[in-house]
Amino acid sequence: MTALVRISGLSRVFDVSKPLLNRLIERLPKAMLTAVSDVSLEIEERTVYALVGESGSGKSTIGKMVVGLLPPSEGAVEIDGIDLASETDAQKIDAARSEIQMIFQDPFASLNPRWRVRDIINEPVTARGGKANGLAERLLDQVGLNAADAAKYPHEFSGGQRQRICIARALASQPRMIVCDEPTSALDVSVQAQVLNLMSDLQEEFGLTYLFISHDLTVVQHMADRIGVLYLGRLVEEAAADALFETPRHPYTQMLFAAAPKMDGFGREVEPPKGEIPDPISPPSGCAFHPRCPIAVDRCSRERPEMRQVHGTRVACHLAE
Amino acid sequence: MSESMQPTLSIRKLVVEIPTRHGILRPVDQVSYDIQPGEILGVVGESGAGKSMAGNAVIGLLSPPAHIAGGEVWLNGNRIDNLSRSQMRRKRGREVGMVFQDPLTSLNPLLPIGDQLSETIIEHLNVGKSEARRRAIAALEEVGIPAAAERVDSYPHEFSGGMRQRVVIALALCAEPTLVIADEPTTALDVSVQAQIIALLRRLCRERGTAVMLVTHDMGVIAEAADRVAVMYAGRLAEIGPVREVLTAPRHPYTAGLMASTPLASQGKRRLNQIPGSMPRLGALPEGCAFHPRCPRAAARCAAGDSPHIDSCDGRAACWFPIDASAKESA
Repeated sequence: MTALVRISGLSRVFDVSKPLLNRLIERLPKAMLTAVSDVSLEIEERTVYALVGESGSGKSTIGKMVVGLLPPSEGAVEIDGIDLASETDAQKIDAARSEIQMIFQDPFASLNPRWRVRDIINEPVTARGGKANGLAERLLDQVGLNAADAAKYPHEFSGGQRQRICIARALASQPRMIVCDEPTSALDVSVQAQVLNLMSDLQEEFGLTYLFISHDLTVVQHMADRIGVLYLGRLVEEAAADALFETPRHPYTQMLFAAAPKMDGFGREVEPPKGEIPDPISPPSGCAFHPRCPIAVDRCSRERPEMRQVHGTRVACHLAE
Repeated sequence: MSESMQPTLSIRKLVVEIPTRHGILRPVDQVSYDIQPGEILGVVGESGAGKSMAGNAVIGLLSPPAHIAGGEVWLNGNRIDNLSRSQMRRKRGREVGMVFQDPLTSLNPLLPIGDQLSETIIEHLNVGKSEARRRAIAALEEVGIPAAAERVDSYPHEFSGGMRQRVVIALALCAEPTLVIADEPTTALDVSVQAQIIALLRRLCRERGTAVMLVTHDMGVIAEAADRVAVMYAGRLAEIGPVREVLTAPRHPYTAGLMASTPLASQGKRRLNQIPGSMPRLGALPEGCAFHPRCPRAAARCAAGDSPHIDSCDGRAACWFPIDASAKESA
């Protein structure tokens, strides 16, 4: 198996300081928010790689850097050996870009309300000077809508149907990879099932690779081949989906799994996890999870754990075994 | 629950109507249920099923032109659906507390949280200012806000999302109401914080005997928090019963489809079970049972005449041909 996407030492820092004048008057230092910190991972072709984590864990920021919507502060994203940030050959960049598409969480905000569905779906092809030739109609059919819908406007569709239009648009340029940022979070359960099934079918048919970003563990468990767990911008654990759900090794992963509501957890009395995600502007020293960790020792507050192999799982914890 | 006990909330054949240019819509149609003291009733359904609308009707927060067009709402033995706005205002807060999805919009951003709590306490409990402040701090402590005495003068924006939702819960509970309506209280929160809020709601409910109407679309939350569950579809009650029975052996085909389409229920399968189509719009409800165009068990009777109502069926599912759990096992 070859890696389609290779992410190495990826970091992203946002400047969230107040305006210069306020800073001078109030004598405040610059405030830097580290959204993603030193993340390395590989995504193999024709697999589904899922990133999970709570809000503020940096999963969407990684997704945006993979498609090139955000430049990395440090590190690199290589797609098929091409680094979009440092590559100078415009043709190579263009080719790599057309191989990656993205689906967003909110199907209401990601479709232009003044464009017909046909133009929305054809855009990735026509923007590159290609000919559409009934492409939109073919794709609408493929995502379970009617070819006649091409002449309609987005407001005429329900949430689930709009997400199908977004998927059709993502497929238009025949990508090898689609980054899906919470694709079903805005949808109802029964519609979510339809969209997830469609995504599985399309993956099989076109040999797609998905980077699947979600906070919903049940959806991730259903879709993913491999899962990376993020906490405060750091990759804390990475394993094959089955192995991860069977034996989570990082204390944060264990906490997350225990806290997730279970369908058969009738009247379950669990000790809810303590505390909340800390402020990413001034993250804790050492391991970012140590203030909430039930097994933390002195070393955890001093030394940031490196990713290491434990029984086939990559985990960033001094104590995991 | 024994029959002799007086339910905290009792809704009888409640109908909410919205007159529009294209005819009258019924977002809540002939819905009946009770909530006993200390009980958590989960109300589930997809968007547009009318679950929030039913809650808003109970507390008199329907925004015109929506109005109660039929049925009765009883709170602690008193009928409240025909009260005037000012009478309802007194009930709201004193007898009914509310927790909404977005904690930021339920708090006044310009007032310290302590003042907001004191205001409610003074209004409803007839106590002095210093006593109200003492009770406000106690209320914050009870919902698990660390260093409550120092944080009572903080503004809402100084709290994180989970802490804000705790403040809203403290605000809903500070006048010691007998009923709390929680409308998607954890939807905007992360998993670990969600677990904390659910544990908090359950503890308060158990310790104070408060009845809770928990409106959510998350079946996992319902399974963990609720004692009984009411499933709504297109403004009508599809199924109601003890949470374990409804979730593990659903009798209405819609509940069964909903349960089967959650990723958890289809574990290990490559494809999820799905219900074809989507919920009809209120303006275009089909004849007969609203679910019949999507239902695998639909027969001629389902497509014509009146919609099946729980009371005229088996008391649990509003379906002419409910799924029989024992028959299903042998099949």
